[in-house]
Amino acid sequence: MLIIEDLQVELGGKTILRHIDLEIKEGETHILFGPNGSGKTSLLMTIMGYPQYKVTGGKMIFKGEDITCMPIDRRSQLGIGMSYQRPPTIHGIKTRQMVHICAGKQEVNVDELAQKVNFGHFLERDVNAGFSGGEIKRSELLQLMAQNADLMLFDEPESGVDMENISLVGNTIAKLLEKDIQRSENKPMIQQKRERSKMGLIITHTGYILDYVAADKGQVLYDGVLSCSSNPREILNCIGHEGYEECVRCIIRTN
Amino acid sequence: MYNQDELRKKAAKASNKAAALGPDIDLTAYDMAPVAHEYLNDEKLHAMPKAEQDRLIMAGLDISENARGGTYFQKDTAVVHCKSHQEGIEIIPIRKALAEHEWIREYYWKLASVDTDKYTAAAELDLHDGYVIRALPGSKSIYPIQACLYMDKDGLQQNVHNLIIAEEGSELHIISGCASSPHLKRGIHVGVSEFFVKKNAKLSFTMIHNWAEDMMVRPRSVAQVEEGGLFLNNYVCMKAVKSLQMYPTTHLVGDNAVARLYSIIVGTPGSEYDIGGRVYLKKPGTRAEIVARTITNGAKIIARGHLIGEVADVKAHLECKGMILNGGIIHAIPELEGHADGVEMSHEAAVGKIAQEEIFYLMSRGMSEDEATSAIVRGFLNVDIPGLPPQLKAEIDRAIEQSDKDVM
Ligand SMILES: Nc1ncnc2c1ncn2[C@@H]1O[C@H](COP(=O)(O)OP(=O)(O)OP(=O)(O)O)[C@@H](O)[C@H]1O
Ligand SMILES: [Mg+2]
Repeated sequence: MLIIEDLQVELGGKTILRHIDLEIKEGETHILFGPNGSGKTSLLMTIMGYPQYKVTGGKMIFKGEDITCMPIDRRSQLGIGMSYQRPPTIHGIKTRQMVHICAGKQEVNVDELAQKVNFGHFLERDVNAGFSGGEIKRSELLQLMAQNADLMLFDEPESGVDMENISLVGNTIAKLLEKDIQRSENKPMIQQKRERSKMGLIITHTGYILDYVAADKGQVLYDGVLSCSSNPREILNCIGHEGYEECVRCIIRTN
Repeated sequence: MYNQDELRKKAAKASNKAAALGPDIDLTAYDMAPVAHEYLNDEKLHAMPKAEQDRLIMAGLDISENARGGTYFQKDTAVVHCKSHQEGIEIIPIRKALAEHEWIREYYWKLASVDTDKYTAAAELDLHDGYVIRALPGSKSIYPIQACLYMDKDGLQQNVHNLIIAEEGSELHIISGCASSPHLKRGIHVGVSEFFVKKNAKLSFTMIHNWAEDMMVRPRSVAQVEEGGLFLNNYVCMKAVKSLQMYPTTHLVGDNAVARLYSIIVGTPGSEYDIGGRVYLKKPGTRAEIVARTITNGAKIIARGHLIGEVADVKAHLECKGMILNGGIIHAIPELEGHADGVEMSHEAAVGKIAQEEIFYLMSRGMSEDEATSAIVRGFLNVDIPGLPPQLKAEIDRAIEQSDKDVM
């Protein structure tokens, strides 16, 4: 479980997140909406532990441990993983090698894994070097697949992905988050649901991801403040019809 | 034409001539008297002490001769082993070649000038030895030839002269290591090398240096590539040295000739490197690429590069990237010189540090900060070298891997 309490974050001397309260239970996936510049990426980077995002108040608890001041690598080892919006290029490190790095001590069949996200042709290229927008998303997913994290943070995983690859991306995320429940002879669906433990936080503008991942909750981040939480489809409809400002207001009213 | 008296006269005149670049060295402070070492037959070679073998391995010399097409091994001033295992490839000590083969005179001092400076002069006036490696027309080296110039005696000045000849249509791969023994403190290595890549021949020359902290190193190399030929020159130096200065020159004299020069330098505190490469593109269709990756941990590194396009329809690129990890100086000096309409030359130079963002990215994938740093540094040094046989790529990787343990 991830618990965030009254979190306040500064970036470059400016407060960019205020009074953030968030709780993601085991097996839950939340969707994060919000206009450009509202602080969505910042929230994810703060959870991952990037030190330039300075926590000036509140705390974060993951799996019962206070992670507020934990370095990035320890958070990763504790089971937090992230699919980045704009990851850096690392020259001289091949994508294949990167997948091994993600897998850590575990054995991994890189080719087989890459095939699942249609990324076999990119394994011998330096990671992120000249990757197109959509290719970056698949590369990030491939890395997360190898990492086997328990809490996965997705920063706009479907932005810039073409129509053919979008279902691939959507279904891969669903699988990672154990949201791909199938009828099975030996396990009733209700039991599969109960045994689900992976947690997700997905940033989206379009909501396409909702067609593939049954999300439990939606949240809107507006001007650094988490302004509502509700059914993600409803939020998406509201934003679509009324715009963010109205949407935030209306939900505050109904609360 | 070869005229020994004239050569010696020219050399004598230049014997006090300081080099154009690099700190001047007082050669009287070194001893050049020949040092006798027993010639090692195969059996004795393979029976060499393990510690010494390990040190040689780091300079690319594999005593077991596993996957090697032949060996030239010189210790101080003496040839201790010289043998080719491959048909079509000759390996001859240069003094023997000068004494026995008339053809050698068409190559000796043909590209390099004996009066360049006091080092070239010394190599003529007091030549110890060196190797001639020649691939006969059309021959292909299946395994690389290994050549090692080893320095054992403290205070020695080692003068060598090498000739590398890839005859028409041949393919030759050489790994050349230079190393000094653990007890050698100071010394100077002077090495003249002349490379002849003939029509449609392919020559790769990979040099790995493993010197000592008080070593002075002055290589002097010139290469000539004829029509359709390819010269691939790799230089790796990850160990300390007092002062290393070299500026090898390549002349592309035939249509469509290609030269690619790669150097990888990791400089440790107190070391001074002045390195570079110069390529003259003299015929249409010639191509050149110079790539340098340098890291300093407190060393002074001058990385030069000079491309001279003399005719139209030539293409050349120079890339010089440096990283300052822990103090030191990197001075990149790229030069482009176009002498005709239609030359296409470019350069890219950058000196910087490791990007924090890259470290964090790897940390978020589970690596510790130290692991991430060394992975990025290794990646920085890991240049793709097209056309290099995998075994030689493995040698370079091993040198990088080893320095990672030593330095970082
Ligand atoms: N280094 C910085 N110094 C100061 N402000 C910054 C810095 N980096 C980002 N910001 C600002 O912080 C705010 C939040 O940015 P963030 O990337 O979290 O937005 P976002 O919600 O993810 O937007 P988008 O939907 O466009 O991805 C923005 O106004 C941004 O300009
Ligand atoms: Mg963002």
